[in-house]
Amino acid sequence: MVVWTDQERAYIQDIFSKLNYEEAGPKALQRTLIVYPWTQRYFTSFGNLYNAEAIMSNSKVAAHGVVVLHGLDRAMKNMDDIKKTYAELSVLHSEKLHVDPDNFRLLADCLTIVIAATMGTSFTADVQAAWQKFLAVVVSALCRQYH
Amino acid sequence: MSLSAKDKLAVKTIFDKVAHKAEDIGSEALARTLFVYPQTKTYFSHWADLSPGSPQVKKHGLTIMKGVLSAVELIDDLKGGLLTLSELHAFMLRVDPANFKIINHNLLVVLSMMFPDDFTPEVHVSVDKFLAQVSLALSEKYR
Repeated sequence: MVVWTDQERAYIQDIFSKLNYEEAGPKALQRTLIVYPWTQRYFTSFGNLYNAEAIMSNSKVAAHGVVVLHGLDRAMKNMDDIKKTYAELSVLHSEKLHVDPDNFRLLADCLTIVIAATMGTSFTADVQAAWQKFLAVVVSALCRQYH
Repeated sequence: MSLSAKDKLAVKTIFDKVAHKAEDIGSEALARTLFVYPQTKTYFSHWADLSPGSPQVKKHGLTIMKGVLSAVELIDDLKGGLLTLSELHAFMLRVDPANFKIINHNLLVVLSMMFPDDFTPEVHVSVDKFLAQVSLALSEKYR
């Protein structure tokens, strides 16, 4: 069972309260597709992903980025049982989407970098630690139902 | 995943721009490495003070960043150019190469924090590739 300090909870909630989901989600997914191009394999139905400009102006990518961030929002609202909250999502990602779990870490890293850019100096080391712990729990929960 | 001409240009451009902040960038990246990944503190048990603002962290952060900046100058032959540093890391420091990924991640986070408008996705991919190549060059003499 994951133990969260009050400080960690406050940091996580604070980050989400400051995030514009319509901006951060798309930015994180675009960055993942650009920085780690092999992740594009899961988005062949999204149309033109040929270069950075195409990815950044692709409306399906943007829409999906928002979906991802709303998914994370659910984890934030259920921090004491992310494993259970994500059980179905985990099955979806493994059985239907067949996503290599390594990709969750890549997206998590890109999201961290987007948040660092948004928050600037208020993204202190202890905020980063709490945030990365949260993402690690999320990734672990998403990996749970893989077999 | 070797560096294209476009990657090299992107890397030189961004590091030229941020070089004047080398101490800030290096020490922030090192501070975050020690704080967010506490297992990395095991390499610095000989330091009195491992906290983010400490003089030792600042000084060593600058040393690391100077190493990164010199790698930019040696970008056309990283293995050859970083030979001595590789020997240092392999035979003396014996830093587990897994830790190179950690400090690289924190360098990216700090660049993103301090230079959000310059650290575009395209610059990000080039810098990520570059740091991966630097890590490979540093690991060269390990075995």
